[in-house]
Amino acid sequence: MTETAEPDFEVIVVGAGIAGCITAYQLAQQGRSVLLIERGEAAGAKNLSGGVLYSRGIQEIFPDFLAEAPVERRITRNVVQFLNATSSVGIDYQDARLADPVNAVTVLRAKLDAWLGEKCEEAGVLVMPGVRVDRVLTEAAASAPAAHAANGTTGKRVVGVQAGDDELRAKVVVAADGVNSFIARDVGLRQKEPLNHLAVGVKSVVTLPRETIEARFNLTGDQGAALAVVGDCTEGVGGGGFLYTNTDSLSVGVVVRLDDLTAQQKVVTDVFDHFLEHRFIAPYLEGGELTEYGCHLVAEGGMKMIGEVAMDGMIVVGDAAGLTLNTGLTVRGMDLAVASAVAAAAGIGSALEAKDTSKAGLAGYRERFFASYAGKDMKTYAGAPAFLERERMYRQYGELFANVLYGAFNLDTRPRRHLLSVARGALKHSPLKMRQLVSDGIAGARSL
Amino acid sequence: MKPLSVPERLTKNRFNLDEDESHIEVNQEIAKATGTGKAIVACCPAHVYAEEPDGTISVEYAACLECGTCLAVAAPGALKWHYPRGGFGVQFREG
Repeated sequence: MTETAEPDFEVIVVGAGIAGCITAYQLAQQGRSVLLIERGEAAGAKNLSGGVLYSRGIQEIFPDFLAEAPVERRITRNVVQFLNATSSVGIDYQDARLADPVNAVTVLRAKLDAWLGEKCEEAGVLVMPGVRVDRVLTEAAASAPAAHAANGTTGKRVVGVQAGDDELRAKVVVAADGVNSFIARDVGLRQKEPLNHLAVGVKSVVTLPRETIEARFNLTGDQGAALAVVGDCTEGVGGGGFLYTNTDSLSVGVVVRLDDLTAQQKVVTDVFDHFLEHRFIAPYLEGGELTEYGCHLVAEGGMKMIGEVAMDGMIVVGDAAGLTLNTGLTVRGMDLAVASAVAAAAGIGSALEAKDTSKAGLAGYRERFFASYAGKDMKTYAGAPAFLERERMYRQYGELFANVLYGAFNLDTRPRRHLLSVARGALKHSPLKMRQLVSDGIAGARSL
Repeated sequence: MKPLSVPERLTKNRFNLDEDESHIEVNQEIAKATGTGKAIVACCPAHVYAEEPDGTISVEYAACLECGTCLAVAAPGALKWHYPRGGFGVQFREG
């Protein structure tokens, strides 16, 4: 490997989110010189998520995470709800085992990521906030062009980043700049995504007294609830709604797939307002005060979105690598960011050790990620996005379930029929066909 | 909860406005020809874009929450959109 200029740092990480901070933190702990660049005023200032972090992975990195980090509530209640205009059918799962050991917590990213940024500084990372990286610096790679065509590399080697007039050089650049990853696109590592791989999330943080939240959601102490909602909450657009409890606020929002939103010509804020005002959602928010309004682009492609994650001198982590997972019940991103950061820090460490930061030298990152539980889960649920694109999920099933239950509960003085017969009747009046039910059942069983 | 308009919601957020530089630029011709104009008006959670009576798309870049949804739905060449300069734009306190 030839070096044209002495690098300023061994590693430059772009973006102080979860993936970027943890990559930087672990590399600094290995004794590497690390610069972490963040375009917001401080770590976390540009970052937003729905709010549930499956926390076991991050607890392995920070053993005192639950006591020390700004976590909101520990999730002990998960509700999955099919919402119709005037009815609602859900599964309400509460379990003391989810609190001991803790499995998931709600977080607010401006607070959590600021804490992660402090951890980075304590570990010796140079954190540089308020700086936007405009592009990466590249040089022609050392090997011959034919070799690049053969092994799928771009023929360019990343040697640093440019921010304004400043050029900063490193042996490895980590693109942790989120779902839009301008950096990865700049060097051709990522292309523009098709719209069915993307969704827009819109979220309000609504403040309420903590006693009110605990009474409304049947919680005590630092217990928390997470509601995942499909159906009328998005006016039938592919996607869903969520409602998560923080300590003294609620995170409430919708996530809608962009292909369906544009095809149905809906206005995204109308969809969000419809959810907030829904007769079964509004009562949770009653008396609350809006504290912040935000949005975020969400990767929904699952395994299909993961392309190349390394090139000569650069790797991509977290959202920038397309690492999110929607299994229908759990919606994950932050825990995958943690896992990719752990794999990245180890892979970069080995590459620096071997003095080979080419794509081949950095291949340990991808191998480690797919050997981890997170990488294995990406493969297990590879079929989930296509399953969740079946539009029947977003309107017809909720109505069918409610009609069956209505038949069972509505004792209208007519003689009762067996539940199976009620269900058959409800299906007959539903636009759903028996073969669709069977097809969805089989596809769901295979992909979820 | 009292229903709030999008501009009312945005007043709850903290912004460092870059007075000198907009980070968004619409190519009006391509936006109109490709339907990008209407699409970005509909998909922006901050209502940054509005269709004017003459059919052009106006841009209120100060309201931008920097999600990138508009760029994702825009046809090639219809929209120039990048992040605001370092330290500028929305600064989440909750996130």
